[in-house]
Amino acid sequence: MLHIALRQQRGTFTLDVNFTASTPGVIALFGRSGCGKTTLVNLLAGLSQGAQGRIVVDDQVWFDSARGVQVPAEQRHIGYVFQDARLFPHYSVRGNLEYGAKRAPQPPSAARFDEVVDLLGLAPLLQRRPGGLSGGERQRVALGRALLSQPRLLLLDEPLASLDAARREDVLPWLERLRDQLQIPMVFVSHQYDEVLRLATEVLVMDAGRVVAQGDVANISLTPALRAIVGPDAIGAVLDGHIERMDTATGLADVRVGEGSLQLLCTDASVGRRVRVQLRARDIILATVEPQGLSVRNQLRGTLSSISPDGDSDLVEVDIGGGTRVLSRVTRSATQQLQLRPGLVVWVLVKAVSTRGHIFTPETTA
Amino acid sequence: MNWLGEPELAALRLSLDVAGRAVLLNLLPAIAIAWLLTRRRFAGRTLLDAMVHLPLVLPPVMVGYLLLLMLGVHGPVGRWLDQLFGLRLVFTTGGAAVATAIMSFPLMVRAIRLSLEGIDSGLEQAARTLGAGPIDRFVSITLPLMLPGVLAGAITAFAAGLGEFGAVVTFVSNIPGETRTLPLALYAALQSPDGDALAARLALLSFGLGLSGLLAGEILARSLRRWLGR
Repeated sequence: MLHIALRQQRGTFTLDVNFTASTPGVIALFGRSGCGKTTLVNLLAGLSQGAQGRIVVDDQVWFDSARGVQVPAEQRHIGYVFQDARLFPHYSVRGNLEYGAKRAPQPPSAARFDEVVDLLGLAPLLQRRPGGLSGGERQRVALGRALLSQPRLLLLDEPLASLDAARREDVLPWLERLRDQLQIPMVFVSHQYDEVLRLATEVLVMDAGRVVAQGDVANISLTPALRAIVGPDAIGAVLDGHIERMDTATGLADVRVGEGSLQLLCTDASVGRRVRVQLRARDIILATVEPQGLSVRNQLRGTLSSISPDGDSDLVEVDIGGGTRVLSRVTRSATQQLQLRPGLVVWVLVKAVSTRGHIFTPETTA
Repeated sequence: MNWLGEPELAALRLSLDVAGRAVLLNLLPAIAIAWLLTRRRFAGRTLLDAMVHLPLVLPPVMVGYLLLLMLGVHGPVGRWLDQLFGLRLVFTTGGAAVATAIMSFPLMVRAIRLSLEGIDSGLEQAARTLGAGPIDRFVSITLPLMLPGVLAGAITAFAAGLGEFGAVVTFVSNIPGETRTLPLALYAALQSPDGDALAARLALLSFGLGLSGLLAGEILARSLRRWLGR
């Protein structure tokens, strides 16, 4: 369990957060640049001071201003992966990896060292100096260095932000492996929604120094607090499910989400695999009568639960059964013409191809 | 090497001795002060900064005179050194080293400070999160990364120390074999009617020493930087 209650005034900026998140898992701190994410993680790591409140990680109190408790950063055993890697230039990659390992309260065994090297694909880099590494390689070394310090908590502060798209794809799968294969709680700071969707088990949305929403990815994807941050095109329900059936000839997978099922184009997936599907609101069509003769693979009957204006259009939330909700973006004129209102029975149309690139695999095992 | 006679060799040996001792005297205080000035914010920091740089702007003779007042056998510090350790600095090689050290201290602090400012303090933070305490961090991260600066500073200070004149001659006088370093020998030679040839040789020697000192410093610092991967 991670409990953080902190208040800090810095000039005109006030950080004021109070939340509890469960561990292990990946807790994503999500928000725009300048919303206080880095301030928060630096307080969590003990690298900055001057706040009021409490930080408790599992059963250990790291900070309690009321009782004067302030565990120094070097004794918190946090694996902090910085945005800019911060590898030590005068050590080889191996030296960097060993730096944290040697100072761990219980140094990792040689087998564990090899395991981490293997997990992150670092073997070919061991003898090299950080100066000659690419950005993606640096971040992988930084990850390994943090892991080998035997951390109680892994803190990732925008580890992908300094990388271009291709390099990000070099690092993201490694992060997914870490999450799935190690039982270390992770706090992941990001302003990239797709990274959060891929990695997070729990999301804290921050804005102007405060946590404005907290929950699992499915719930967070529906909150209005998120809309201002991700932009109109990324808004949409995120559903966790698993693959029930797979037609290798057509590439169509039956994905079970809650009580319903969706047919989606889903390559390189296998039956039983858990997937996370982002159904972007702009791709979802609504019908008030059951449509006939459409190419659309998915027609789900649901009940309209709410309509809220968002920019130049309306966001319509539909319950497709068992509390599973999806969002659809429709024009105001459509809302009026179809006389959309809460309680109305509607059909939700989802093209199987519309989720291409928006299906993630939160866990590699069922 | 027959053009180098006994007086030149004595002056050369003494110069090397004095400059070397001065660098050793300065090493730790210079690292400490440079670290304080770059990594700590405290009241009086600007004043300390100015004090460190004073020898660059004060007349060397005045520094020598101050040393005489403070460290002379009857001076407040000098008397104390004499009584406790039997240590006399006036008219000794040790005194020449102290005067040289004070004059070259700013050079050393500046070089070390420059390299410290070039070290990303984020690296020290990273070491901290990896479990390194303050001394551990300094020894394993900060010190090795500032080595090029320390080396460059030491060599510059050494080269400058070979030629320190005003403060030395005022504080410890011009005693052959004890305090007559290269520039003092050069001055003495110029004062004597038949010293022209000796003066020329001493001048050439000083020139060569200074130039090779600076070149060696630059080359060493460069290769050290490469070794440190920067």
